[in-house]
Amino acid sequence: MSGIPHDHYEPKSGFEKWLHRRLPVVGLMYDTIMIPTPKNLNWMWIWGIVLAYCLVHMIVTGIILAMHYTPHVDYAFASVEHIMRDVRGGHMLRYLHMNGASLFFLAVYIHIFRGLYYGSYKAPREVTWIIGMLIFLLMMATGFMGYVLPWGQMSFWGATVITGLFGAIPFIGEPIQTWLLGGPAVDNATLNRFFSLHYLLPFVIAALVIVHIWAFHTTGNNNPTGVDVRRGSKEEAEKDTLPFWPYFVIKDLFALAVILAIFFAIVGFMPNYLGHPDNYIEANPLVTPSHIVPEWYFLPFYAILRAFTSDVWVVMFASWITGGIIDAKFFGVLAMFGSIIVMVLVPWLDTSRVRSGRFRPQFKWWFYLLIIDFIVLMWCGAMPAEPPYSTIALIGSAYWFAYFLVILPLLGVIEKPTAAPATIEEDFEAHYGTKPTPAE
Amino acid sequence: MLRKIALSAATALALSAGGAMAAGESHVEDVAFPFEGPFGKFDEDQLKRGLKVYTEVCSACHGLRYVPLRTLGDEGGPHFSDAEVRAYAELYEVFDPEIDDYRPAKPTDHFPMSGDPNAPDLSLMAKARAGFHGPAGTGINQLFKGMGGPEYIHSLLTGYTGEEKFEAGTVFYENTAFPGGWIAMAPPLYEEGVEFDDGSPNSIEAMSEDVSAFLMWTAEPKMMARKQAGFVGVLMLTVLSVLLYLTNKRLWAPHKGKHES
Repeated sequence: MSGIPHDHYEPKSGFEKWLHRRLPVVGLMYDTIMIPTPKNLNWMWIWGIVLAYCLVHMIVTGIILAMHYTPHVDYAFASVEHIMRDVRGGHMLRYLHMNGASLFFLAVYIHIFRGLYYGSYKAPREVTWIIGMLIFLLMMATGFMGYVLPWGQMSFWGATVITGLFGAIPFIGEPIQTWLLGGPAVDNATLNRFFSLHYLLPFVIAALVIVHIWAFHTTGNNNPTGVDVRRGSKEEAEKDTLPFWPYFVIKDLFALAVILAIFFAIVGFMPNYLGHPDNYIEANPLVTPSHIVPEWYFLPFYAILRAFTSDVWVVMFASWITGGIIDAKFFGVLAMFGSIIVMVLVPWLDTSRVRSGRFRPQFKWWFYLLIIDFIVLMWCGAMPAEPPYSTIALIGSAYWFAYFLVILPLLGVIEKPTAAPATIEEDFEAHYGTKPTPAE
Repeated sequence: MLRKIALSAATALALSAGGAMAAGESHVEDVAFPFEGPFGKFDEDQLKRGLKVYTEVCSACHGLRYVPLRTLGDEGGPHFSDAEVRAYAELYEVFDPEIDDYRPAKPTDHFPMSGDPNAPDLSLMAKARAGFHGPAGTGINQLFKGMGGPEYIHSLLTGYTGEEKFEAGTVFYENTAFPGGWIAMAPPLYEEGVEFDDGSPNSIEAMSEDVSAFLMWTAEPKMMARKQAGFVGVLMLTVLSVLLYLTNKRLWAPHKGKHES
């Protein structure tokens, strides 16, 4: 745990010394929990704890649900009803798991946008950012496969549409799709492997979360000013920071309790609000639902997927230049994955040396527009793919790419940032001045 | 009161957006069911009446395959006595693979499946249909009115116009709630078609509300337990939030002074 100087663990009792020489696990835990944390972190820095809670919440409820669930096309739907009706507390467990996914994604989106605003992805935190993006991708895969398990109509048709995306890849697409599904169509083999992977991936996520935490404990937290913690000496560092325990643990737990109170209100009083009614109809390969809509947290990317139809000039151009290899469907798939890849690359696309958006007068507005864009895309994803929604989705998708590929690289050159405080202490004092006034 | 204002605001929004919707869109009326809202409860008597309508009318074609008969005795449901559950179960014959024959149903059995293959199972119908979609499809008014599943069933049962058409060997009946406007199910309810023991009103309107409420129970039998758990959860977490807020304030106090200005 290099980086910010701070007190380290000193084994005291005989046993502690004995253990520390053999396995410094207590020291590791001490250094992790006592990490010097910038004093001036605001309420946007609580989502990490919420996310850690969500992961544990999903794994615990999920493991119990798996004890009662049957991954077979003939029994899956009925076994979920068995959980809802016969298993003690099963209805709560299932609703907690179902809505837990929504809380998880809500938290991760706020966490990501916080990083985008305060420049948390910039040097030296690029690795933290990329691992975070990997976690986000795995979360999407896990969420998608989990949604297939209840084997309702949306489960089945969602799986059919999304695995069909792989089929759009030229030449190798169809073999890949068949390999993913374990057959020519979504069937028992698909359900079984999705169940297996849905159980596996959360543990991969948990491992990556540890690496994510390790990475930012090495660089230290970013903070709302983006100014680095002074690390000349321990005394200097202590002017800018407070230990994570107890100051930030208690603060984060308070925020978590408030969020969970709202979460329990949703689970208790309207657990199906975020779900789709069609998923209470058992999967039927012969009947296609009138609107196939993914869960809300996939909607922005679903909108980007559908935005690029064959009458858009970029698509026509791509098709012409590649001799028809890139058609509208494949272009949409590329756009969807591209919309995430540009986020992964943002540490190098953003040319501004200033981390925090607080001191970037122009950047701010483009960033707020990006948030509005994200919400508009989410809405478009829920609407049928027809005018005017398709046009709005196309404009929204264009802005998404423009933000990362054009605006961020240019802003760093043309923007004049405002003055940031010299130290974190100065920022903190400006808000909560503790020093006695000179007049006294 | 607040809820009423919010509801009318949501309705106004829904109506203004409704103009853009294509004709033939199903028409669903909001019904003030007793089980709505955070404190709403199932009305045992209504569930019993609804069960009677289901038994005498719906069960001729439809089934409730996911509903165990014993749950009729559950609290938060029709709350039958053991003897009543057993007597009710015996109305049905089920196939028992162990004796390779039909026998009278026991409380441990489920309701039978649909007898008519074209009649959908009704166990989850109240959750599988959404009556309200909200302004521009955003679903916002569901916050106040629920998804509108039981309302959809009620609107469907009372939405027959009396028009019929014969098409591809089947008679279709015009219905204002059914998407597309024409349904293959003949109007199932007739005025005073079911007699209630306590002399409760048995107009089509009343019977349809009762059976819709009953089907909400079959779809969400643990609704009352769930709301209670939600209530306890919210209460405890609120108390915890207050305690943590005070702890946090005290913890940080030495590091935060008053702003000098």
